Amino acid sequence: MAANPMTQFEVYRIGPEIKIGTFDISFTNASLFMVISSLAILIIFNLGSKKNSILPNKIQLLAELSYSFVSKMISDTAGSKAKPYFSFIFSLFMFVLFCNMFGMIPYTFTVTSHIIVTFVLASFIFIGVTVIGFIKHGFGYLKLFVPSGVPVILLPLIVVIEIISYLSRPISLSVRLFANMMAGHTMMKVFGGFVISLGIVGGWLPLSFSVALTGLEILVAFLQAYVFAILTCIYLNDALNLHH
Amino acid sequence: MIKKIFFQSIFFNFFFLKEVFAAESGGMPQLNPEFWISQIFWLTLTFGILYIVLSKLILPKISSNLELRKSQIQDNIQAAEKQRKDSESKLKEYDDIIFKSKLEAKNIFKDSREKVIKDINNKKETLENQINEEIKKAEKEIEVVKKSAPEKINKIAIETSSELVKKLIGAEINNSSISAIVDDLSKKNGDKYYGN
Repeated sequence: MAANPMTQFEVYRIGPEIKIGTFDISFTNASLFMVISSLAILIIFNLGSKKNSILPNKIQLLAELSYSFVSKMISDTAGSKAKPYFSFIFSLFMFVLFCNMFGMIPYTFTVTSHIIVTFVLASFIFIGVTVIGFIKHGFGYLKLFVPSGVPVILLPLIVVIEIISYLSRPISLSVRLFANMMAGHTMMKVFGGFVISLGIVGGWLPLSFSVALTGLEILVAFLQAYVFAILTCIYLNDALNLHH
Repeated sequence: MIKKIFFQSIFFNFFFLKEVFAAESGGMPQLNPEFWISQIFWLTLTFGILYIVLSKLILPKISSNLELRKSQIQDNIQAAEKQRKDSESKLKEYDDIIFKSKLEAKNIFKDSREKVIKDINNKKETLENQINEEIKKAEKEIEVVKKSAPEKINKIAIETSSELVKKLIGAEINNSSISAIVDDLSKKNGDKYYGN
């Protein structure tokens, strides 16, 4: 059973069963890693902002570089109007990044490899962006579905495609992150299993693959967090600056 | 893109085959809704707390730290610029002072030289005048002496000649006759002896 690459994604209860009404909100290993990631972010950034010296130390430099990195990403993709949403996108990016990175440590649990987690995040973003769009532009926000410069004959088709693509945003956003995480971890597990089954003679090849995959997965972990954040910025840009 | 489609298709395959896998080995644990509510709850809780603490406490601090550093560096640059300008103006002032004082020194030197030359010239003139006066006086005296000299010589000549005649011949000769002869001789040869 241990060889099953999917067991690493199993959620199990830690501690007693907590129920609110009929809902089970027990503390699980997933919850544990959410708490660990959040605490790690808070500790690192709290240390990084504690004292302000002209020549920053390493942890302060880390915090400030992350701050400028996310700040630049937002201003590049969504413009200056997105300033009020900086804290949210920063938290989102850091949360996803830390969850991904903690998942890279052996025997840990990857929070973002669960579709429900990424889907909740993505739907929250989707609903939030839609609400912001309607608040900023009223019903004019519907113009997003009618691109300018399209021949009138094609318009019905284009509008349908635009609406479908808009509605599929939360799905594509959540599945992209979830599938990348799950696929990477499954693949590493499979290669790890090969190392055991091929033994000392033939196990070196899958082991080297496993090592290479670890590097690749760390890259993917960062990249997917970045993609998640930047797509949020792009959606926010659509809602804030209606281009169509 | 291809990778994404590939894994999405895998995911949806799993989705449709959920019951089959569930029967076999639990399938994808992600699709087991047992802990979905728990995950949603804890995600909302942790992410909510993370967002609130970051946005209310930590990010404003980092932002102000960055601003502060930026402004401090800007201030330092401005102060340095100001000091540079100050030192430049001071240097200019110093150069001006040096230039002025050099000019002054030159003027003083020139003035004093002129003064000294003037003084020397004045003194020279007065001295020359004095000398000239002295020379004139002396010349006058010489003239007087020169003029009176023949008479005295004549007198002496007359006296000596009368004495000589007395000693030689023992006879008194009238002084007037002798003086007439001496006068006559001195008139004849005076130019030869006195150069007048």
